[in-house]
Amino acid sequence: MNPAEIASWVFEAEKAFLAAPDLDQLKQARLAHLGDKSPVALASRNLGSLAPEEKASAGKLIGDAKASISAALDIATAKLEAIRDEKVLREEIVDITLPVQRSHKGGLHPITIIKNEISDFFIEQGFSVEEGPELESGWLNFDALNIPPDHPARTMQDTFYLEPLSSGMVLRTQTSPVQIRTMLKEEPPIYVISPGRTFRADELDATHSPVFHQVEGLVIDRGITMAHLKGTLDNFAQAMFGPKVTTRLRPSFFPFTEPSAEVDIFFNNRWIEWGGCGMVNPKVLATCGIDTDEFSGFAFGMGLERTLMVRHGITDMHDIVEGDLRFTRQFGVGL
Amino acid sequence: MRAPLSWIKEFVEIPSKISAEEIAEGLIRVGFEVEEIIHQGTDLKGPLVIGEVLSIEEITEYKKPIRYVGLNCGEKSTRFVICGATNFNVGDLVVVALPGAVLPGDFKIAARETYGKTSNGMICSSRELGLGEDHSGIMVFGKDTLQVGDDAVKVLEINDVIFDVAVNPDRGYALSIRGIAREVAGALDLVFTDPTRRISALTFSETGKGVSAKIADSSAASVFYLRTLSGFNSELSTPLWMRLRIEKMGMRSISLAVDVTNYVMLELGQPLHAFDRAKISGGLKIARAGKESKFTTLDGQVRTLTSDDLMVFDDKSPLALAGTMGGLDSEISESTTDIVVEAVRFDPISVARNSRRHKLSSEASRRFERGVDPALAELASARAVELLMAHGGASYVATSVDGNLVKQNSIALTPEYINQVLGLNLKKEEISKVLLSIGCEIDSKFQVTPPSWRSDLSAPCDLAEEIARMIGYDKIPSILPPRPRHASLTSSQKRKRAIAIHLANRGFAEVQTFPFTHPDTIKEMGYVGERASTYKIANPMSEDAPVLRTHLLPGLIEVAARNISRGAKDFAIFELGSIFRNSQPLIDAISPQLSKKPSASELEKLFASVPAQPIHVGALLVGKIESEDWQGKSRNFMWSDAIAYAQEILELCGLKWSLARSDFAPWHPGRCAELLIDGKPVAHAGELHPRVVARYGLPERSSAFVLNLSALPQSPRVIPTIVGTMPAALQDVALIVDADIPAAEVEAALRKGAGELLESITLFDRYDKIADGKISLAFTLVFRASDRTLTGAEISAAREAAVLCAEKATGAVLRTA
Repeated sequence: MNPAEIASWVFEAEKAFLAAPDLDQLKQARLAHLGDKSPVALASRNLGSLAPEEKASAGKLIGDAKASISAALDIATAKLEAIRDEKVLREEIVDITLPVQRSHKGGLHPITIIKNEISDFFIEQGFSVEEGPELESGWLNFDALNIPPDHPARTMQDTFYLEPLSSGMVLRTQTSPVQIRTMLKEEPPIYVISPGRTFRADELDATHSPVFHQVEGLVIDRGITMAHLKGTLDNFAQAMFGPKVTTRLRPSFFPFTEPSAEVDIFFNNRWIEWGGCGMVNPKVLATCGIDTDEFSGFAFGMGLERTLMVRHGITDMHDIVEGDLRFTRQFGVGL
Repeated sequence: MRAPLSWIKEFVEIPSKISAEEIAEGLIRVGFEVEEIIHQGTDLKGPLVIGEVLSIEEITEYKKPIRYVGLNCGEKSTRFVICGATNFNVGDLVVVALPGAVLPGDFKIAARETYGKTSNGMICSSRELGLGEDHSGIMVFGKDTLQVGDDAVKVLEINDVIFDVAVNPDRGYALSIRGIAREVAGALDLVFTDPTRRISALTFSETGKGVSAKIADSSAASVFYLRTLSGFNSELSTPLWMRLRIEKMGMRSISLAVDVTNYVMLELGQPLHAFDRAKISGGLKIARAGKESKFTTLDGQVRTLTSDDLMVFDDKSPLALAGTMGGLDSEISESTTDIVVEAVRFDPISVARNSRRHKLSSEASRRFERGVDPALAELASARAVELLMAHGGASYVATSVDGNLVKQNSIALTPEYINQVLGLNLKKEEISKVLLSIGCEIDSKFQVTPPSWRSDLSAPCDLAEEIARMIGYDKIPSILPPRPRHASLTSSQKRKRAIAIHLANRGFAEVQTFPFTHPDTIKEMGYVGERASTYKIANPMSEDAPVLRTHLLPGLIEVAARNISRGAKDFAIFELGSIFRNSQPLIDAISPQLSKKPSASELEKLFASVPAQPIHVGALLVGKIESEDWQGKSRNFMWSDAIAYAQEILELCGLKWSLARSDFAPWHPGRCAELLIDGKPVAHAGELHPRVVARYGLPERSSAFVLNLSALPQSPRVIPTIVGTMPAALQDVALIVDADIPAAEVEAALRKGAGELLESITLFDRYDKIADGKISLAFTLVFRASDRTLTGAEISAAREAAVLCAEKATGAVLRTA
């Protein structure tokens, strides 16, 4: 058992491992060069028959050879496994452009999306979101807002009334009764918005719907001026229509605000009427028990359908009210 | 309200360098929306001349009347044209477009062969010239008003700018050229000459006894002027300038007397009415109709008067529906010689009611409803007298007056208040300048008295608006208000939002339907009890949907049917919204007094008078649960999906519920689950009733759920159980039970019997092919202790206890393999 012979076992083993074309053949080579009947195994078994003075050096030689062969085997195994894995993975290639979505596509109604967006914007500004009933007392919807009994808005051409008429109950024509409810229940300072569904006796056409949505805002605090109204509206308009939008107030008339104004926005190169606003009429504050010497406030209101239509270039109200899935699904959940 | 620039210029000196667009911008700035700027005459090219009708040959062989007309247009020979109108006679003057002329709409006039003749031009109507919508006939002028051969563009003052101005309801004074001119002057800082300044200097000498005027109901009118004239020549025609202005305002010229009343109304804003004195018996009186009676208005309509109608009476009968429309019987006619001109400051509300009750909106009622300057009764009637004397040959007789001109109350103002409202820093002088420009008087103590025509100015805030709009809203700075404390959505708002987003993520598309329905739908759905009882709309949009919805499903079914009709097959939709049930009768309106806070008890009654309107979320599952594609087939939505989605929502809210089978319309009576919290039903889910599915053309097995969000309790705080890390032991048990035993009962019994070591329980198999009405239910029970590995004995004991409990509670028998 000379060192040259042992080195030749290692050399033969390395050669066989390198030559093995696949893992099966490598296994055969392993059995031949590391198995029970391989030269190193036989030599190991023979160590016992050697003289004690030879045992140590021969043992070391054989041990080293075994380790070298094992290392060579590991390298060869790793190489062949990589080849095998690559082949398997290549065979498992799929067409990832196949249509894979089987579940139905859902989505929020765009009015809900814009309502959420507006609520989030105002909550960030410290406003609360108040809601109220849609079937509402005429006193809260009209009288308390300084809309006198003979006002044209109160006719049956404009407002839905409930039977019996003596109840004075209406489908609210605006979300302003929510403001009145808030002022009657809470002490100033008040910072609220009230988004919600409203009703007017208009025929459904491309730009009108008898059922629509509004968002109104109300601020009652000490020292509130029309400048604060403008600041709030500018901020709101930019949140809705982008940083480049500009606003314009035009004098107008609403019974519940004085001074009153229409809010226009300059969007897509033209002025568009967006909503109404003004300083809350002291008569309204008085009815709600708010001390007008101490507090003043502003209010504003916009149509959500209008905001949506302007912003997204929607030209037909029918798309918003009909519930056609092909329309709604385009909006996702507003993220 | 139309306003021709040529007329505005009579009262405002407008430098020619100011364009029509700048004037419009000025009006917009001070609160008058300009809906249209009409550049009249810009799309019209002559030759357009005045011609005299010399001959008319009626051509009769066509279906419509056709005239072959000979015209003297100041040319050497007679010009012949074909004309389809018949409202003219030989000797009338008409407007003739000669070949080469271009009329609005790029309508080129040329000689042409038609109706077997050569037509050498066209006789024009005012619409063809772009002067208005009147197409009832061609424009006809009397012989004395114009010269044959005149350039019609020039003599008819066709080149003009007309502003179409929207006037807000609080600014009745601006329904006049006087009012618009004042606003133009104010907006552009120009000099305004009030026409009433000249009129107030007019004097007339009394020559006889006039018709008397009386306000019998002081709530109905404050000032009543009645001017009597005699010797009016009804054959005289309206002066051309007056006629042209009336037509530019979009009205028709009728006769001199009527034109004068309309002209003065347009100029000053005071509607006038002219009566034929011969048809008046005694004096005139303003009073309520008092009793139901018949009355025929100028338009020939017979109207039934109600007792509250405001009327102008003579000693015998009603002559006019006050401020709205005159009566047919006292109308000015061709034989009228003595005229009585009525000018009244009517109560706006009374006229509004007249107008509304009789569905009669006139130029007069529109103005009275918005409040007419009370000082005008005197001045406008004087102006009418002046015009009737000058152009109608009339003589002044006398004036009768009743009522008084009440001066407006003064308003105490401080510059601090104005600046506090507007967020500006205006000096007292700047404020004064604005207030004076709109006609206010200001005394040394800064008490402001608004002008007579501004009845809308009664409080300091009204003056703040005037100052803001004249200074310019654009001068007000933009500042954010002080930010208040932290705010957030309420828990119920968060819940609504989370549920909607959850459903959207699970493949549901949100819809929003009108909350109206029909009693027949309620019947078809099979609703009973509170869902069959709702509120009725007194004036519904359509008789198809006259009541409020009591449940979300009919609306969802309608939207589903619409989508199916448009080609959709498999989908899930949901709606989140309020429903209305006649849970309490609507009581008589509670209307607390205004201007002070209602008492606590009044408020309580007021809020309680509004019925509760719970918020529901409902969903409809139609067709396949997912789309079929190259990956394979898909199953239909079914009852179990609806229940699963409803349960997901409750789970999302952290709530615990129980299930019970329910026979609840419009669901399948054997496939509907009721979800209960604390014993109260909060939701129903399952397959829709086959009858409903068939009736609305939905796919078979369509399923639905409806959940009453308003009935859900608050989410409890989560107290988590300790997550054990010791090994779990799984035990399967199969039990044979009667087929009508609910699985939930068996599971509950197992759970109870298994005790504290049970971590979870899952039904993994249900086998119904066992004879004798029996089924097999197989469960996996997972046992775990938090502090130790369970021994075999412990596990067996727990399992046996569970089975024993199920046997006792449900008659279950352990199934042996």
